[in-house]
Amino acid sequence: MDYLREYFSWLFGEIGDFLTNATTTPHKLTLMVVVILLFVLVMGGILFAVDKPKRVPRWAVTAGFVGPAILAVLFGLVYPAIQTMITSTQNRNGTEFVGIDNYITAFTNPQFQVVLRNTALWVILVPIVSTFIGLVYAVLVDRTRFERLAKTLIFLPMAISMVGASIIWRFVYEFRPAERPQIGLLNQLLVLLGLDSQQFTLNPPTNTFFLIAVMVWIQTGFAMTVLSAAIKAIPDDIVEAARLDGLSGARMFRYITVPSIRPALVVVLTTIAMGTLKVFDIVRTMTGGNYQTSVIANEFYTQSFRINEQGLGAALAVILFVLVIPLVVYNIRQMRLAEEIR
Amino acid sequence: MTTTPLPPQGVAAREPGETAPEGAGSGRRNGLQRRASIATKKLSSPWASLIAVVIALLWTTPTIGLLVTSFRPEIDIRSTGWWTIFSNPSFTTANYEQALFGGSQSLWTDLINTIVITLPAVVIPISIALLAAYGFAWIDFKGRNFLFVAIFALQIVPIQVTLIPLLTTYVDLGINGTFWSVWLSHTMFALPLAIFLLHNFMKDIPPSLVEAARVDGAGHVKIFFRVLLPLLVPAIASFAIFQFLWVWNDLLVALTFASGLPNVRPLTVRIAELVGSRGGDWFLLSAGAFVSMIVPMLVFLFLQRYFVRGLLAGSVKG
Amino acid sequence: MRINSRRRSAAVAGGLGLVLALTACMPGDDEGTEGGGGGEAAGSEECEPFEQYGDLGGTTVSVYTSIVEPESVDQEESYDLFEQCTGATIQYEGSREFEAQLLVRIQAGNAPDIAYIPQPGLLQTIVRDNPDAMVPAPDETEANVDEFFAPSWKEYGTVDGEFYAAPLGANMKSFVWYSPQMFADAGYEIPETWDDMIALSDQIVADGGKPWCAGIESGDATGWPATDFVEDVVLRSAGEDVYDQWVSHEIPFNDPQIVEALDEVAGILKNPDYVNAGFGDVTTIATTPWTDGGFPILEGECWMHRAANFYQNQWPEGTEVAEDGDVFAFYLPSMTEGTQPVLGGGEFVAAFDDRPEVQAFQTYLSSDHWANEKAKMTEAGGWVSANSGLDVENLATDFDKLSSTILASPDAVIRFDASDLMPGAVGAGTFWTEMVNFFALDKSSQEVADAIEASWPAS
Repeated sequence: MDYLREYFSWLFGEIGDFLTNATTTPHKLTLMVVVILLFVLVMGGILFAVDKPKRVPRWAVTAGFVGPAILAVLFGLVYPAIQTMITSTQNRNGTEFVGIDNYITAFTNPQFQVVLRNTALWVILVPIVSTFIGLVYAVLVDRTRFERLAKTLIFLPMAISMVGASIIWRFVYEFRPAERPQIGLLNQLLVLLGLDSQQFTLNPPTNTFFLIAVMVWIQTGFAMTVLSAAIKAIPDDIVEAARLDGLSGARMFRYITVPSIRPALVVVLTTIAMGTLKVFDIVRTMTGGNYQTSVIANEFYTQSFRINEQGLGAALAVILFVLVIPLVVYNIRQMRLAEEIR
Repeated sequence: MTTTPLPPQGVAAREPGETAPEGAGSGRRNGLQRRASIATKKLSSPWASLIAVVIALLWTTPTIGLLVTSFRPEIDIRSTGWWTIFSNPSFTTANYEQALFGGSQSLWTDLINTIVITLPAVVIPISIALLAAYGFAWIDFKGRNFLFVAIFALQIVPIQVTLIPLLTTYVDLGINGTFWSVWLSHTMFALPLAIFLLHNFMKDIPPSLVEAARVDGAGHVKIFFRVLLPLLVPAIASFAIFQFLWVWNDLLVALTFASGLPNVRPLTVRIAELVGSRGGDWFLLSAGAFVSMIVPMLVFLFLQRYFVRGLLAGSVKG
Repeated sequence: MRINSRRRSAAVAGGLGLVLALTACMPGDDEGTEGGGGGEAAGSEECEPFEQYGDLGGTTVSVYTSIVEPESVDQEESYDLFEQCTGATIQYEGSREFEAQLLVRIQAGNAPDIAYIPQPGLLQTIVRDNPDAMVPAPDETEANVDEFFAPSWKEYGTVDGEFYAAPLGANMKSFVWYSPQMFADAGYEIPETWDDMIALSDQIVADGGKPWCAGIESGDATGWPATDFVEDVVLRSAGEDVYDQWVSHEIPFNDPQIVEALDEVAGILKNPDYVNAGFGDVTTIATTPWTDGGFPILEGECWMHRAANFYQNQWPEGTEVAEDGDVFAFYLPSMTEGTQPVLGGGEFVAAFDDRPEVQAFQTYLSSDHWANEKAKMTEAGGWVSANSGLDVENLATDFDKLSSTILASPDAVIRFDASDLMPGAVGAGTFWTEMVNFFALDKSSQEVADAIEASWPAS
């Protein structure tokens, strides 16, 4: 027995070391492959176990399919969310219960009111503008000779990290006085037109719009890609029939294209809206939340981790949850609707 | 942005002449041909082309600016605009040299780390999400709708709030600062969106296909692998791209869970540090951003063809 | 389908094999193989001072800091001797997200062994909010600090009477950068008093120039360079006693003396005749990167730029920092004769574990031995310490020697950067953001002071 125990502790030690302490490149790559295989094996095992239609009860089948996902989100998202709600009712370092004090601060302090207003602007503008541009562009380049190149160009910003994006836009917005050589492209254009150069990221409230433009620039590629696929999926007979009815151009777009891809539109709008609510990197790297440009996600990080006001930070995060509820409800309605049609 | 910039097309005027009643079955090929002919007309419509070109230019110019900037000497970057390079050319690869080889550790290690982080962080959540999406779409069970909506709603949890609770657990498990914590985190964060999107695609598959298989005595596992999975390849490819981009470009998760240790830290962490303790070397980011962009661009170019064609094939109901 | 997928997986495996083969011979993987050997590696004479720490072979100390490359290279090199002689391994990690990530890690129970904390205010917050996280400094460290550092420096590392953290490096912030050449050509003298400096500014304006340039943009820490300017002025106009009361909130932030100091700052930085040379109007101060703020001096457009000693490393490559070079700095003059107020800063070595190797490293870092070692390793300059055991001759540049001399001067009244001492909500929050508003939105001194006072945490 002792021998066995020793052997196993040695074995687990070795395995543990292999799994958690990869230092060389071959080791890392092997680990990566092993992990993927291991994962596939485990999932395969679960599926194999529930793949006996007669003998396995239905709940087991269901658990086999849905269980892993539910466990993962319970641990990774639900538990932290509940934790955050609890923290939001406590003081800055969690030693005292303060009820809704943090929420009162968040809603009454002018600094946070600006944050809430900005967040609303982001969530409304980014999805609508990027979906609109993405859709128009997808329609315009659909089935043209340059379609692939054209789509790649718009998709390009998606491949750039937020840190990269912020430096890219620095060379667009950078300010220099009109009489000096410009570094920012936009100001160069203004100067060429004989206007004064502008401090795009400095002056509220317009600076928020210039930050939003960056997010739109990134997200349009997503909208365009998904919507383009949806447009291509519109059955030909519908297009044909509409054309026979004399529809074309803008009216075709309005009455055929848009309604046909409505489900895809909803998905795109929601996904971008959700992503926008959590936007953090752009604001953080471009203005650091200064000049009245902060949004909730950025303010949460600042309050919780830099200023160490955890209660207030958590309250801001909970407000963020609540703000999204309408979006969720709308989506559920849409899903129900789609199911009824089907 | 409020006007609807749509082209007044000449299509309608010419169309009646060539349309003839067609059967639904034979219509597809002819329809494609017709669309192809429309396409050439569309190009000749000046407004459509103009708008497309303007959008494309607006979207690419900033990136081109950065590309040009990344090859300029530091003093030029700080004092003049990148467009002056056309009238006054001066190129250097110094930024790339410093970004790639300036540190005490070769950038290769960081690149390998990023790859080791990214692949499992794409494969694992997609697999779990596929199974769950199938469960929600095609298995009838109590509380199905509620659970699905709940998972969908979890998209709203910002990653920032999970940092401390998750890291605490990882520390207890002893896996903080390893690849495991990063893989796990990316998997959990990706699931709500992945399940939501894949579920939508699954729902689009004609129920008759599933029914037919069921009548043949196939269980859920068989249906999933034999009937649905092949049809879902395009959907998987498109989500894989987005998950890939997200993980590849992620900074916050890696920073918190992988810690900045050289053995685990990905490229993004390294590049963010390029600017130096006090941010003085920000111009190096121009080169750094391009280095980290290369792989995602290749992946997109490779998968784009795959998934757009795939989506087309999958959508033809027949 | 099945055949197809098998072929595909074979292709993937093949591809991976190729990657494995390719990467197997890549450089950069041999991290961590050195330093495990223990004692005898270096010459025994060099190792003599390390005998007090004993044999630490096989142990590891993790260090987390805000110092990243390139500065971290010298920092890490200065540990080499310690590693060779004791056998301990120092695992260094620098991050620009240090302040936020340190709090995350402490709360998650994942604190590093040692962290270099640049703000005494943050040190206090951590000790008070997480009572079990940080461990007091060992007696040997305290003895070193008593021997080599002024009492005020020890005070900054002390919380509620308990000594936690020894000072590491130091910053000397009361400098004004200028171009010796430009001054010589124009016949200007380096001002000895505050009034001289203002008179010089007016002279420059009269001669058709713009005297001052500044930039306070610094990512998510935007605003801090302006707080330094305010602190320097408070120290000069109100004196060090008021400064101390201001920091500890014994007087409110909007006390008339502080508002007055803000007005004095506004007299320079919000004076459209004085600023912002080379950048534009007053508001450009808010958006100009701090790192670029002094560059117009090189182009001959700006005359004076107030910035700390570490601005030395911000000048573009090839700039000569010397009294007869391209740029140099003079001491920001005092307002009253006979006093020499100095605004300083620095990092403090906090430990979150009391293993012997951690304590040994802590003690080493507080010694004169390390300070000199670090000075020798910092070949490009840009590092000084308040450690009195530091031999000034070991410092790399004349400018570092100047900084060090001022810091060590018996006349100097050194006060630590106030924003680093104040509670985080102010010192890393509203003080920064309101200074941004001071320039960007043209808020008045009174409004700024009132807003900061309103944000001061109640407890």
